[in-house]
Parts: sequence; structure tokens; C-alpha cells
Amino acid sequence: MNSPANLTTIEQIEAEQLRTGLPEFRVGDTVRVHYKIVEGDKDRIQVFQGVVLKRHRAGARSTFTVRKISFSVGVERVFLSHSPRIEKIEVVSKGVVRRARLFYLRELQGKAARVRDAKDN
Amino acid sequence: MNQNPGIYGRKVGNTQLYTPEGNVSRVTVVQAGPIHVLNKRTPEKDGYTALVYGFEERKEKHTTKPMMGQFKKANTAPRRVVKELRCSPEFAAKFEVGAEVKLDQIFEVGMFVDARGTTRGRGFTGVVRRWGFAGGVQTHGTHEYRRHGGSIGTNMTPGRTLPNIKMGGQYGNETMSTLNLKISRIDVDKHLLMIEGGIPGAKGGLVLIRTAVKKHKQNKK
Repeated sequence: MNSPANLTTIEQIEAEQLRTGLPEFRVGDTVRVHYKIVEGDKDRIQVFQGVVLKRHRAGARSTFTVRKISFSVGVERVFLSHSPRIEKIEVVSKGVVRRARLFYLRELQGKAARVRDAKDN
Repeated sequence: MNQNPGIYGRKVGNTQLYTPEGNVSRVTVVQAGPIHVLNKRTPEKDGYTALVYGFEERKEKHTTKPMMGQFKKANTAPRRVVKELRCSPEFAAKFEVGAEVKLDQIFEVGMFVDARGTTRGRGFTGVVRRWGFAGGVQTHGTHEYRRHGGSIGTNMTPGRTLPNIKMGGQYGNETMSTLNLKISRIDVDKHLLMIEGGIPGAKGGLVLIRTAVKKHKQNKK
């Protein structure tokens, strides 16, 4: 490996794909993700609202995981942070958490599975 | 012999690219160039057609004088990697000696290619890792037989272990090809090839990218 630019080559490629203009949010926040779904030749927007369990920060490959309870079944979705299919992200509320990964929420139900709101502090 | 046009390069690493539809293609990035044609082999002189590629800088003090003469002839700086690649006479006619090889002269987006590289060496490896053997049971009093391969043959007939029985040994550090990979993007100015899928070898390893042997009918160029 004779060029130290090797790592930056990947970073340069990824830098071109990074999206700007999406709101900053953190683990524990409740977000509404407006996601474009292509069905045949039509596309529609689906909204997925839930708590951010995890942010995987890795340049253009970054993802975030959102969890919601749908008809008393827990549903988690992993979104690519820089995907062109994300139309919009709304931050519904800021949460107060002490972890970087909220996997413990999977074991909790009902009132216990809530995240403290930053407004209430 | 494989006469498909190709190019040498170094594996840079893996990343992903978004397609306009929002899908993701997982790619290996290859730094393929700048590569110059140092010489040509012609049927009249050498009995076959090939291009001699020169890739990456080499310091002049590390270059032998006979090598230096070759670089002077091609009017290029000394190169570290000097490789010959068999090709068709038509392909060889596209390049002059000393000319730089542009990626779009060989490849185009959507084309299928084969990638050849040297896999990462794993040293002397047992049968469990090298051949995927299950090993022995871990309990029931197993004594020094947990990652063994078991029997290697019969007793009196034939009275020897047959050839090509899977055993431990050197694993990796061998030349491997991955066939029918699709080119996702080409950066001509930076000499970057982005190829869908994995390519054998470690980052920084030398790889040979050639147009596909088996899916050549789908390649127009």
C-alpha cells in the first residue's frame, strides 16, 4: 500500500453521497420517518413513527433503527441515514436516555417501555 | 488463452453506492491506474500479442539499468508493477507505447468482469476452518479429538490414504478469481473502478480486472 490516500478514497466516494438537510436527532428521540415506497410504477410515502434505538455512524453507510409498537407487536426498522428514499424526518420529541443503544426497550412493555421526554425535565 | 482486455489495480476497500432509484449496490473500489503501456508484444517479433503495463511509481535508485532502459524506451517514469497481458491484436492496436490506459477504453458501466486476486493468507489451518469439517463432539469424554477430521480412509484395502483427502494445511494466499461481477461506476479521472460484490484479497492487494470470460455475450464493448 503505497498511497496513504487509500482510506480517503473511500471517504471521498462516500462524501459525494452524504445527504444534508435532514434534522439532527439522537438515540431516544421519537421520530417520524417519511419513507418512499415504490410499488410497481407508483410510489407512495409511508410514515414510520417510533423511538430511535440505535444510530450506526459510518459515513454514507450510516443507519438508524426505529422501534414502534404496532397492534401490540414490536416493529423495528433499520433505515439508511443517507438513502434518497427518505423524504423527510420529523423529530417528534427529544428523549432523555443514558445509553447509546436502547435494546433494553425490547424486553419492556407498556408504561415501562417509555423513554423520558426532555421537556419534562 | 484468455485474451479479454483487462487492467491491473489495487483493491482499495468496500463501500456502498446509492442508485438513483434509492437502491444500494455494495461495491469494491479498485484503484486501477494510472497505467501506461510500456511495450507491445507482436506476433512478428514475439509470436503472440500482448500489452506490457506499468503501474505505480518506483524510485529510480531501486530500478536496475536493464529495466530502466525499458522505461526510457516507453518514455515513462520507472514503474513498480510491470505485467504483461495477452490481448487481441485489435485491442492492442488501440494503444501506443507510452500511452496511458483510460478505464473507459476498456470498461463501461454495467459490464461484467472477472476479478483475480491473491486471497489473504491464513497459514497452516486445521480441517474445521479450512474445509468446514464439524470436528468431534465436545463432551462425552472426548480427549484431544475436538477439532480433528476423523477417519482418512480404510484399512487393508487399499492399505494407503487416497490422494486429495481433505486435511489441514496452508489455507489462503492463493490466486483466486471471482467471475461475473458487474461494474457499477467508473471514475476515469481518478482511475477508480467500482465493482459490485467482493474481490479476493486484502486491501492494497494487486488485482487483475478483465472483461468476463463467461458472460462476454452480454458485454457490448
